Amino acid sequence: MLNTERKPITGKRVQLMATCLCDAFYDDVAVATVEVLEHVGCTVAFPMGQTCCGQPAFNGGDWPASRKVVRHTVQTFAGDDPVIVPSGSCAAMLFHGAVLEFEKEADLPAVESLGRRAWELGDFLVNGLGVRTWPGRYPASVALHRSCHTRGTASSPAAALLLQSIEGLRLAEFGEGEQCCGFGGTFSVSFPHISAAMGDLKLEHMRAAKPDVVVSGDMSCLMHLGGLAEKEGSPIRTLHLAQVLRDALLNAGLLARSKSA
Amino acid sequence: MATQPIDQHAAHLDASTRAAVYDGTKSSHEKRTKLLFDHYADPDRLRELAGEIKQHVIENLDTYLPAVEAKLKQNGVQVHWASTAESACEAVLRILRARGATKVVKSKTMVSEEIELSEFLEKNGVESVETDLGEFIVQIDHDHPSHIVKPIIHKNRRQIAQSFEDHGLGAYDDEPEVITRRARHYLRHKYLAADAAVTGANFLVAESGRMVLVTNEGNSRFCLAATRCHIALIGIEKILPRDTDLALLLNLLGRSGTAQQLTVYTEFIQGPRLAAQPDGPDEMHVVFVDNRRTDVLATECRDILRCIRCGACLNVCPVYRQAGGHAYRSVYPGPVGAVLSPLLMGKRFPEKADLPKASSLCGACNEVCPVNIPIPDLLLRLRDKAKQEHVPSPGTPPMAVWALLASQPTAWKAALAGGRLINFLPTKLIPVPALRAWEQSRTLPQWRGGEFRKWLKQRPNKTES
Repeated sequence: MLNTERKPITGKRVQLMATCLCDAFYDDVAVATVEVLEHVGCTVAFPMGQTCCGQPAFNGGDWPASRKVVRHTVQTFAGDDPVIVPSGSCAAMLFHGAVLEFEKEADLPAVESLGRRAWELGDFLVNGLGVRTWPGRYPASVALHRSCHTRGTASSPAAALLLQSIEGLRLAEFGEGEQCCGFGGTFSVSFPHISAAMGDLKLEHMRAAKPDVVVSGDMSCLMHLGGLAEKEGSPIRTLHLAQVLRDALLNAGLLARSKSA
Repeated sequence: MATQPIDQHAAHLDASTRAAVYDGTKSSHEKRTKLLFDHYADPDRLRELAGEIKQHVIENLDTYLPAVEAKLKQNGVQVHWASTAESACEAVLRILRARGATKVVKSKTMVSEEIELSEFLEKNGVESVETDLGEFIVQIDHDHPSHIVKPIIHKNRRQIAQSFEDHGLGAYDDEPEVITRRARHYLRHKYLAADAAVTGANFLVAESGRMVLVTNEGNSRFCLAATRCHIALIGIEKILPRDTDLALLLNLLGRSGTAQQLTVYTEFIQGPRLAAQPDGPDEMHVVFVDNRRTDVLATECRDILRCIRCGACLNVCPVYRQAGGHAYRSVYPGPVGAVLSPLLMGKRFPEKADLPKASSLCGACNEVCPVNIPIPDLLLRLRDKAKQEHVPSPGTPPMAVWALLASQPTAWKAALAGGRLINFLPTKLIPVPALRAWEQSRTLPQWRGGEFRKWLKQRPNKTES
C-alpha cells in the first residue's frame, strides 16, 4: 500500500523539511536534525519557502486545499536530493497521502517523484545511509512511542536499532505499543473525548514502564501526550529521536553545543 | 467547539459498557495476533494473498455470478436475485408463502440484519427466531448487535440474566452455564417447530457451488437438520473462485475473528438433501443480495467488498474500543462499518458521512485485516467525498485560510511571527477555535515560530538556503 520504493542515495546533499510543528513550536528538534545529519557527513539545505506538507487538510477531508499546499511543497523541494523529514507522519504524507490525492491530477508524476525522495529521519539514517550504530552516550530508560504513520514502514525498527545501540540507553517496553496515542490531526479536536481517552491509556501504559523519557519520531504525538500529561498535573519528559541522537553526541563530547537563536 | 456524534456517544457511554467492550476487544485482538504469528512465518503475506483473491473476485463478478448461478442450479438449488433490501425480503417471503411456512429459525447472518428481514417477516405474520445465542439475546431485548462477530459484546452476564427473567426464561441466575442451558432448551423446541431455516454464507465457491457456513454453537446445523427448506441470503461479494481458496480463507477467518484455528462447526453445503441422506432440507434457495453493492463496486472504495466480516478491525480499533458499536448507528460498526455503512446509504450518504471521520487514521485496522483492505485510505476518500458534497462536519477546522498561508511563504513567515500572540492570551481569547478546543484537555507548548530559521541565519555559512 505504501509507496516506499525510494530513489537510491548517491551523495550526501540533502534537503531538510523541518515540518510546520517544528517551525512553529519545536525549533530544537529541527536544530538537532540538522546536527545529526551533519554529524553523518550530510550537507543540509533548508529551502526557506517551505511551509507544511499538506496533511492537515488531507486528513480533514479538504483535498483541494491540501493539493494546493502539496503543489507548493513540490515546487519548494525541487531538485534530486533526498528530502529528510523529522516526522514519520509528514514523510508518509509525501510518499503516500499526496500520491493518493493526486491520482487523477496531471501533475501526479511530480508528486510521486517527491515521494520517492522523501525519508523519515531514522529511516534515512539506517536504510538510506546504512548507519547501524550510533556513537555517544545517553544513560536513560527510554519509552519509544512508535507513531502510527511509521506502521508497516522501516522507520520504527530503524529508530529502535539506533536507540538501542547508544551506550547507556535502555528501551523500556510497555503494553499495547501498537495502539494509537489519539492525536490523529483534526481528530484531536473534533473527537476530543476519544482522543484524550486514547492518550490517557497510552500514558498509563508508558508510566507503568517507568521511563526517564518518552521518545518518538513524531512531535505531533508527543505534543498531544505531553500536553495531556501536563494538563493533568503530572508532566512527562518527551524528546524527539533527533534530540536523543544529538544529545548522545553532546554527552560524549562528540559535538560542540550550538549557540541557540 | 462542536464535536462529532461518535465522540458525543463515547462521552456518554457508561463505564461498565466501555469496560466490557474494551476487555472483549483487547483480548480477542491479542489472541488473534499470537495465534497467527505462532502458526505462520509470515501471516502478512497470507493476508495479502487473501486480499488479492477477493479483489480478483469483486473485479470479475460479471463472470463469477453467472458461473456460480449455473453451478447452483446444476446442484439443485433455486437461485433468486434481489437488487434491493425490500426485494430480498420479498423473495424470502415468497418462498415461505409457497410452502405455507409460518415459522423460521435463523442462523446468524449480517446481511439479514442489513435488510431487516426479521422485522419484515414478523410484520407479515412469520415468526423468525434467532438461534445464535448472542443474536437471540439481542432479539429478546429488542436491541441491536454492536459487533459483527460478538453481537452482545456490550452486555454483561447480569444484564443477560435479567432479560432472561423478564422474558420468562427462568428466575434470575447469571451463571453463564445456566444462561446457555436455558437458551438451548428454549431454542430446541423452536428448531423442531420451524418450517424453514434462514442462514447467510461465509463463502460461496464458484467452481463447485459449495457454500460454507461457520459457527461455534452448531446452531446452523440444528437449523438445517430440523427444517425441510433452507434459504441462504448471500451478498454478491461472498464468492471465492476455487474450493482450494477455502484453505486460506477459512484459516484466516477463524484466527482473525475469534482466535481459533478453525471455528467449531464448519459446514460445506452443496445442495439440498440427496435421496441417500436421511435428514436435511429437500428444498434449497440462494437469494443473492445486491443492496447497493454494485454501486460500491463502481466507486474507488470497492476494496471494502473484500471484507469477510471477521471483526478483527473492530477489535483493534481504539475508537471502537472507546465508543462501542452502537455509536456507529449501523449494522456494520467499527472501521469496516465506517466505510461500508455510508456507502450502503446511497443517496442518503450524508446521514452517515460522519462515520469516516471517526478514526485517528492509525492504520491498525489495515494491519489486522485478513484481506488487507486499505481501510484508512478508504476513510480518507469518503472524507473527501463528504467535503465535495458539502456535508457539514462539526468540529473539523476549516482549511481554506491555512491553505492560503501554507502556499505563500511570505504570509507563512508572517504567521510564524504573529503566532507568538497565543503565548500571551488566555485560552478563551485565542482566535483559533481548534486551538481553544485543543486546550480543553491539553496544554499548548510555547509558540516559537521562526526561531529555527533565526538559528540557521546566525550559523557561519553551514546550512544552505
